[in-house]
Amino acid sequence: MKPDLAVTFAGLEFKNPVTVASGTFGFGREYSNFFDLSQLGGICVKGLTLKAREGNPPPRIAETPMGILNSVGLQNPGVDEFIKTELPFLRRFNTRVIANISGNTVEEYSLMAEKLSDAAVDMLEVNISCPNIRAGGLAFGTNPKSASSVTKAVKAVSKVPVMVKLSPNVTDICEIALACEDAGADALSLINTILGMRIDIEAGRPVLKNITGGLSGPAIFPVALRMVWQVCKAVKIPVMGMGGISGAEDAIEMFFAGARLISVGTACFKDPYAPLKIRQGIEEYLSRKNKASLNDIRGKLITD
Amino acid sequence: MPFQRNCRVIEVNQIANGLFSLVFDCSDIAGSTKAGQFVHISCGDGLLLRRPISVCDLDGSLVRIIFQVKGSGTSWLSERKQGEVIDVLGPLGKGFALDGSRLLLVGGGIGVPPLLMAARQASEQGKKVNALLGFADADKVILLPEFASACDWVEVSTENGSLGKHGYVTDLLISRLEANQNICDLILSCGPQAMLSRVAHIAKEHHMPCQVSLEQRMGCGIGACLVCSCGIKSPGGEGKSFARVCADGPVFSSREVIWDET
Repeated sequence: MKPDLAVTFAGLEFKNPVTVASGTFGFGREYSNFFDLSQLGGICVKGLTLKAREGNPPPRIAETPMGILNSVGLQNPGVDEFIKTELPFLRRFNTRVIANISGNTVEEYSLMAEKLSDAAVDMLEVNISCPNIRAGGLAFGTNPKSASSVTKAVKAVSKVPVMVKLSPNVTDICEIALACEDAGADALSLINTILGMRIDIEAGRPVLKNITGGLSGPAIFPVALRMVWQVCKAVKIPVMGMGGISGAEDAIEMFFAGARLISVGTACFKDPYAPLKIRQGIEEYLSRKNKASLNDIRGKLITD
Repeated sequence: MPFQRNCRVIEVNQIANGLFSLVFDCSDIAGSTKAGQFVHISCGDGLLLRRPISVCDLDGSLVRIIFQVKGSGTSWLSERKQGEVIDVLGPLGKGFALDGSRLLLVGGGIGVPPLLMAARQASEQGKKVNALLGFADADKVILLPEFASACDWVEVSTENGSLGKHGYVTDLLISRLEANQNICDLILSCGPQAMLSRVAHIAKEHHMPCQVSLEQRMGCGIGACLVCSCGIKSPGGEGKSFARVCADGPVFSSREVIWDET
């Protein structure tokens, strides 16, 4: 029998557990030239801010062993323009649309949450973990008190489930995760990128104009997996696992660690079809192991 | 509409010091590539990012690219053998708009190859095409016979004077334009950033339309990840914005580019 890939997450039905990660997939238009976006469980759209943002000056990318550093800095057209021109396009596909939001202040987060939940996105992903902007972003995600106040503010106005995206650039990620859960978050997503840098030794300058950037790709997968495992043990709300997933095996490890959904990001740069191959690989694994659904492996890590 | 295809390598040759020519077979890509567009090539399992390389020439279902070995990706690519398969994404980006009737191509170093396709397509359309090509040294000179066959004339400069005029290709451009302002009605240029910035300046001084093909470190190559940005003047205004070199370019009007923001 064909295994059932459907997942219930924060009260929403997802047709399969494979989503694409914010910042790597734009608003879906470019990848829709390669495949029908309805094959995805969901799309976490490029990070939105209240007003349009230019982002950081280039170069914004550096390759590292099995990873990349980026310092895009939340370039986006702003939440109103997204609702007007990008959301109608995404709505043409039968997939969950998850709007990722970043604010400079708590008020900005709640204003965006109001606009987007009125526009009927399926879920909000509250970004308190972008390492590439000075104000807001990571500043909210490294302190349990501010993580809690952002979460509360968004929850107070949102008509759709609220997922908070956590940063790995903290001493104890579980402390932040618990603060978000206590503040009413419906779900958590982790991890965002790990802060890093590279230097061009010929020029004696940083490779990135922004000096530091966020590391993603297979290099960070073991860190992401460890954090997902720790957070899943600490909280009761569901977790979307991400960070360097490049094949179905990685996704399955995330399920064993306790993730309900997974998100694919950097892997799409090498292979635009990576999310579909990962979905296929998960299905084949479940079949081979005679598992009826993801419930049979989720959190079933044997540690004795 | 880009394709991702596994393409058979037909031949790989070193054509100058550190410069390689690779021909692969792909009818989908060959059938839809325009001058100035690029392909994004996966360079082995160990590297996460593809390498963007401009298309130099087409012949039936065959696609020719020329690249400089700069690091581990291009080194891997230079070691491919006939009959092997490479994973290619393309054609990508917005190419040259062959608007004029008298084109002057200004190429520098590894920026020379994409201009060959522009020369061929323009001359097939009955346009007059000439080329100014600059190289660092005679041992880096490439594609002269190909340009000669597609252009009315080709003039070459080298930085050390080992072949052609001693100096920069921008010196050739200035003397040509000063000798005859009507030598062209459109400049197409590709080369290092400093050269392109200079070409843009010269074109502006001579009120000449000019398109430049920019290079930037890329991620996805299809316009989704926003890492390969360059500064662009807002239409009609004083403001600026960042454009995606991979999807909005790599070819831009020289006047819209903000040269200290690219």
